[in-house]
Amino acid sequence: MIEQSATRSDAEIVRLEDAYKIYQMGTQEVKALAGVSISFKKGSFWAIMGPSGSGKSTMMNILGCLDRLSSGRYYLESQDVSGLDDDSLSEFRLRYLGFIFQSFNLIPQLTVQRNIELPLYYLGWDANQSAVRAKELADEVGLGDRLDHRPTELSGGQMQRVAIARALANDPQIIFADEPTGNLDTRTGEQILELLVELNGQGKTIIIVTHESSIAERAQRRLHMIDGVIDRIDESSNA
Amino acid sequence: MRQTKIIRNVWLGIENLLLHKLRSFLTMLGVVFGVGSVVAMLSVGEGASKEALEQIRKLGSNNIIVSSIKSAEEEATSTQHSHMSIYGLTYEDYRRVATNFEGVQQAAPVKLTRKDSRLRERAMELRIVGTTHEWFELVPRQVLAGRVLLHSDQEKQAPVAVLTEFGARKILATEHTIGQTVRMGGDQFEVVGIVKSESGQAGNIQIPDQEIDAYIPIEVARRYFGDIFTKRTSGGDEREMVELHQILVRVDDPKKVEAVAAGIERMLESSHKKKDYVVSVPLALLKQAEATKRTFNIVLGSIAGISLVVGGIGIMNIMLASVTERTREIGIRRAIGAKRKQIIYQFLIETVVLSTTGGMIGLGVGVLIPFLITYFSGMTTLITLNGILLPLLISMTIGILFGLYPAIRAAQVDPIIALRHE
Repeated sequence: MIEQSATRSDAEIVRLEDAYKIYQMGTQEVKALAGVSISFKKGSFWAIMGPSGSGKSTMMNILGCLDRLSSGRYYLESQDVSGLDDDSLSEFRLRYLGFIFQSFNLIPQLTVQRNIELPLYYLGWDANQSAVRAKELADEVGLGDRLDHRPTELSGGQMQRVAIARALANDPQIIFADEPTGNLDTRTGEQILELLVELNGQGKTIIIVTHESSIAERAQRRLHMIDGVIDRIDESSNA
Repeated sequence: MRQTKIIRNVWLGIENLLLHKLRSFLTMLGVVFGVGSVVAMLSVGEGASKEALEQIRKLGSNNIIVSSIKSAEEEATSTQHSHMSIYGLTYEDYRRVATNFEGVQQAAPVKLTRKDSRLRERAMELRIVGTTHEWFELVPRQVLAGRVLLHSDQEKQAPVAVLTEFGARKILATEHTIGQTVRMGGDQFEVVGIVKSESGQAGNIQIPDQEIDAYIPIEVARRYFGDIFTKRTSGGDEREMVELHQILVRVDDPKKVEAVAAGIERMLESSHKKKDYVVSVPLALLKQAEATKRTFNIVLGSIAGISLVVGGIGIMNIMLASVTERTREIGIRRAIGAKRKQIIYQFLIETVVLSTTGGMIGLGVGVLIPFLITYFSGMTTLITLNGILLPLLISMTIGILFGLYPAIRAAQVDPIIALRHE
């Protein structure tokens, strides 16, 4: 099954080959990833699952270009990014990736508009274009009338919507969601998941990291990790 | 495009600093006082040296001034009754100075005496300066009315007088006074001109015409008033015989001034038994004043520099705290795709905005202080363009210098750890 997923395909967006991530904890070596090979197709919706310490966070950091492999290869959009330096990885994040976090991670002193505009600022957009785009995105997540608010004036669900709008600003290929509903009540969490499903419907590749199976149910495929290796992969019946 | 981007970044920096108004203001204070003290000290220093230099320049940088002084021994014996002190420069000294030295362009003798004078109903004591027409070339004065002394006055031994403006006003002379008669001592002189007064003192050298003066041809002064002066003192009359009080010398080339001065000094040394003369060189004083000014500036500069460094450390301290406080923000920005150098840039702009704003407020304070000093103490202060640009440049540099370390620290933040930072 693993080998089958790892076969090359034109629609492939992410591929790990024999990926290791080893941390040195004092004298002890910790293998956060211990030989992972997998590939994700463009437009797919994955959930990475596993208990804490299973390596699912490391997996997201690697796939999200926030961290580098100790050994092995990582191809993103068919480009080998495993040997890239910090600046190039930043560039990849800026152009291809979007992030949504459990604790929203909005910048508190910036308004909703400024938060959404942040990726555009680093992409070098001018202020007027950015403002137009920010308004569009805010409308899309239903917060068009909150542009001048600061994050502290918003509810959790609203903050996560802003975070989603921000993640969409650079029109990313992949959206990473790290426990996106962890700080939300069930109903709001459900709405956020709906939004992610909707985005997946528009062709975005979505990768959710979660330990809740009820959330993982919404993904097409679930990747279960244990001790830095892939335990199993299962598919939703509706995929 | 590039420019608008910088402006935008500066605005973002300002917005961020405005979130913590009190903190930003307190952080700036160090630079405010640093720059303020630099500007104030520079302006006081510049003012003082300008005043000194101007007065020395009045004496002429090509000039040498030889003056008669009462030697120490003479001073001791002159307290005896009916003693006559004989000292000072002689007509022979003047002749030799004027003719024997290469490089001497002109020389003017000066003979001073005081006489009760009267112009119509006004009477007062005038200082009478016996000299030649050359004096007016060596110490140029603006002619307000009439003319200065001429070579022909000398030849004709004409009883003519040129008054200084200050003196003229005291005895109520006006333009119409030209051609009228002024009585000095027992003799009548025709007023032929009024020249502008110069006031002040340079070092220890008195500018010859700072008093209420009347200039007359030296030959006339000698014939009418002689070489012996009587001063009334409490112990009785004190008599002095002085031929010349001063010899002003102009040298054709500033480079030769010091050599000629040394030559004159040697000549006088060999012909005078006592040291009853002093040779002063305004140029040497000028050089000395400039050296003093340099030292002054270095001392002031280092004190001000220390206060700026203290200000800079204050900024660095707060920025380091700010980096720690904003670890999460940095992590978010990095995750979104900001490069390390963009984080450095962001924090650096904030520090430079802080320090430069502080610098500008400091400039305001620093301009106000010299203004108040001048207002209350009458001291000359001078704010030069350098005195303004330098502190601003320095405050900007302080921002970059002390902002760099916190900014680099910010850029080193690991986004993975930062994102989990609570």
